[in-house]
Amino acid sequence: MRWLFNLSFRHKIPLWTSFLIGFSIFVVGAAVMAHAYEDMKDAVVISAENLGHTLANTVAPTLLHDDVWRAFEIVRSPIRAESARTPIEVDAVVVLTQEHKVFVSSHPDTLPMLTEASALGPDWARLSEYLSAPAGTKWPLVLEPDQSSYLYVALPITDKDAQLGHLVLRYAKSVFHPWFIDTLRQGLWLGVLVLAVLIPINWYWGGRMAAPLVDLARRMGTMPQTVPQPLPPDLYPYDDELGQLFHAYDRMVLALRDKAALENEMVKSERLAAIGQLTAGIAHEINNPLAGLMTVVDTLRLRHDLDPRVLRNLELIDRGLMQIRDTVAALLVQTRAQARPLNQHDLEDIHTLIQPQVNKRRIRLDWSAAMPTELPAPASLVRQILINLLLNAVQAAAEGGHVSLWLGRKDDADSCLSIVVRNDGTLLSDEQLAHLFEPFASTRAGGHGLGLWVTYQIVTQLDGRISARNIDGEVEFVVNLPLGDTSCTTA
Amino acid sequence: MTQNTSGLLPKRNRRRWLIADGCLVATALIGLSRKSLATGGKVRVGMTPAFLHDQHSLLDEWRAFMAASLRRPVEFIQRDSYRETMDLLRLEKLDFAWICDYPYLHLKQEVRLLAVPLYQGRPHYRSYLIVRSDNTQTRSITDLAGGVFAYADPYSNTGYLAPRYEIRQAGHDPKTFFRKTFFTWSHRKVVEAVASGLAQGGAVDSYIWDTLAIVEPALGARTRVVSRSPEYGFPPFVSHRSVSAAEFQMMQRHLLDMTKTDAGRRLLARLHLDGFTIGSPALYEGVAQMMRAFGEA
Repeated sequence: MRWLFNLSFRHKIPLWTSFLIGFSIFVVGAAVMAHAYEDMKDAVVISAENLGHTLANTVAPTLLHDDVWRAFEIVRSPIRAESARTPIEVDAVVVLTQEHKVFVSSHPDTLPMLTEASALGPDWARLSEYLSAPAGTKWPLVLEPDQSSYLYVALPITDKDAQLGHLVLRYAKSVFHPWFIDTLRQGLWLGVLVLAVLIPINWYWGGRMAAPLVDLARRMGTMPQTVPQPLPPDLYPYDDELGQLFHAYDRMVLALRDKAALENEMVKSERLAAIGQLTAGIAHEINNPLAGLMTVVDTLRLRHDLDPRVLRNLELIDRGLMQIRDTVAALLVQTRAQARPLNQHDLEDIHTLIQPQVNKRRIRLDWSAAMPTELPAPASLVRQILINLLLNAVQAAAEGGHVSLWLGRKDDADSCLSIVVRNDGTLLSDEQLAHLFEPFASTRAGGHGLGLWVTYQIVTQLDGRISARNIDGEVEFVVNLPLGDTSCTTA
Repeated sequence: MTQNTSGLLPKRNRRRWLIADGCLVATALIGLSRKSLATGGKVRVGMTPAFLHDQHSLLDEWRAFMAASLRRPVEFIQRDSYRETMDLLRLEKLDFAWICDYPYLHLKQEVRLLAVPLYQGRPHYRSYLIVRSDNTQTRSITDLAGGVFAYADPYSNTGYLAPRYEIRQAGHDPKTFFRKTFFTWSHRKVVEAVASGLAQGGAVDSYIWDTLAIVEPALGARTRVVSRSPEYGFPPFVSHRSVSAAEFQMMQRHLLDMTKTDAGRRLLARLHLDGFTIGSPALYEGVAQMMRAFGEA
C-alpha cells in the first residue's frame, strides 16, 4: 500500500482526483437510482389510483345490472395488446364481487370469472384476506407480497353507500426491472461520458500541477554536489503558494551561485597571495647569497693573472648569476611610489612600442583610449601593465587576427580606470583560467610565464583587480585600477 | 349471485315495452312522420347488429348511394340492441329498418316485409355454435353444460332463440343449463367474448361469422364452429306500416335494383351479399315454430 503513497505527484494527483470523481459519480448515481426506484413505485401507485377510481366508477353500474360484457369491455380497455413495457402499464384488471369471486377480469384465461379469489394463487389469497379486513382500511390498498412478481392495488367499488365489490389492478414487477436496468444503464453511460470528459482534463491539469514540483524536486536532488540551474521562467507563471515556492527557490539558487563564485575567487586570491609570499621569501633568501656570489665573481674578474679558461668560466658564472638575479627580480615585483601621472604620451609610446610586433603578425589593432591629458595613475606601472597585456594579446591572437584595447573611466566614474584588452586567439580552458595568474603558467611555447604574474602583482599592489574570461569568441582581460584613494568595485 | 336469471331479464324487458305499446303517445307522431315522408323529407333507416354495423365507411357509402338513388336525404339510425330499434320502429321514428327475423315476427303487426337479402344466393342463414379454436373437445352444445355462454341479443334468433331451442330439444332447461350467460349486444362481440376466453361458448349469426372470417381473419381464426343450426329466413328489411305504398315500392325497387348498377354491386360486395329478393313471411316459419315452443307466439 505504501508504494501507492510513494508514487510521483505526476501520477498521484490525477489518480486521486480520478478516484474522487469516480467515487462521487458512483455515490450520486446510486442515490439518484434509489430515488428513481421509489419514484417509479410511487408513480405506479398514483397512476393505479387514478385508473382504479375511473374504472371503479364506470364498472359499478355493470355490477348492479350484471352486465358481464360491458364490464369486460371496461376492464379490458386499459390493457394493451402487446405485453406491458412501462411500469405504469397495468398488467391485469379484476372485478371481485362482495363474496371475493371474480365477476370479470381482463384475462379470463388465467383469471376466469366466477372463481373464488383464494383459488387464484397465494397472492390472491393474501389479497382476499386483506380485503376482508374490518373497516378503516386505507384505500387504495397497495399489496406487494414477498416472493411475488406482482404489485397489487385494490379499491372498493361503491354505488352511493353500498359496496358492490372490489377492483384489483395488478402490475408486473418484472416490467420494473428492465425499466430500472434501462435507467441504470443510461445513468452508467452518462457517468462514463462525464468520466471520459473529466479524466483527461484532470490528467492534464494534474500533470501541469505536478510538472513544476517534479522539476523542482529533481533539481534540488542534485543540490549538495552542484548548484542547480534556476527554473525556466514559464514553468509556472502564477503567484500562488507553488509560484511563491518557485520564486524562493530561484532566489536561493542565485544566492548559492554568487556564494560559489565568491568562494572560488577567494580561493584563487588566497592561493596567489600565498604564492606571492612564498616567491618573495625565496627571492630574499636567494638575493642575499647571490649578492655575495656576484661580488666574489666581480672581484675575481678584476685580477689579471687569471688563466683565460678560468676567465671564460667566470664570465659564464657571472651570466648565470645575472640571469638568476633577473628572474628573482621579476618574481619580486616591487612597486615604488612614483609621482609622475599617466599622460597621453605614455599611450602613444606604447602604441609605437608594440607596432613592430603588430605589423609582423599582421594583426588588426583596434585602439580606443578615451584618455584625458593626464590621469592620477602611476605612469610606469600602467605602461608595464599595458605592454604586458598587449604583447600577450598580440602573441595569443591568430596570424592576421584581431586585438583591441579599450581604456577609459569605468562606468564613467571618476575614481576608476578601466583597461580592456581582447584577442581572438584560442579560448582559455577552465583549467587555464584557474591558474592564469600564477608564475610559470605560460599557455604558449616560448613564453617564460611571468608576464601575467607580474601584471597581477602590479595590479594587486595598486589595489586594483584583474580578471580574464572568454566572451563573444574572444579572450578578454579587464583591469580596474583605482584613481586616488577609493578602491574600484570589481566588474 | 345472478346465475340463471339472465333468461328472465329479456322477458321482463319485453313486457315493459308491451306496456309502452298500450300508450297512445306514438299515434301523435305517426302523422308527423308520414307528413315528412310525403313531402319528400328525410328517409330514416334503422341499422342493427344484423350485419357488421360498425363498418362506418361502408355505412356512409351505402347512405350516400341510397340518397342518390332515391333522390332524397337518407338518415341511418344505428342502435346496439334490437330492442332499441324495435322501440324506434314502434314509435314511428323509423320508416325502414334492417332487423333480425325474430324481432320481425315480434313486430309483425307494425311492419311489412320489404325485401330479404340474398346470402350466398339464397335468403337464408344459420346459427353457429362457436368455441375457442384451442377447444378441440366440444362436439355439441351439450358439452358446454355448466359453462359460461355468450348470447348476442335477447331479440336475436341465431344469437339467442336458436341455441336455447337446441338446448330445449336436447331435453335441458336453457335457464339452468349454463352456469352463467350474458349478452354482448352484437354478434361480433360474441366472437370476441369467445375468442378472449370470457365465455366458453357462444351463438352467432352465420353471415356475420363468415364475413368476419374474411374481413378480420385473425379474430375469426381464434374461434371454431362446433355446429350449424338448420336454415332460417335471413334478417329482412322491413317498412313501418305507416309508410305509403309509393314509398314502400320506391324503397323496395331501390333494394332489388342494387345489382343493376356498378355502385350497387360494389356495395353488395362489401356487404358480402348477392342482392335482394321480395321474400315472403313463410320464410320465417322456422323461427315462429321455435317461438311457439317457448310460448311466445
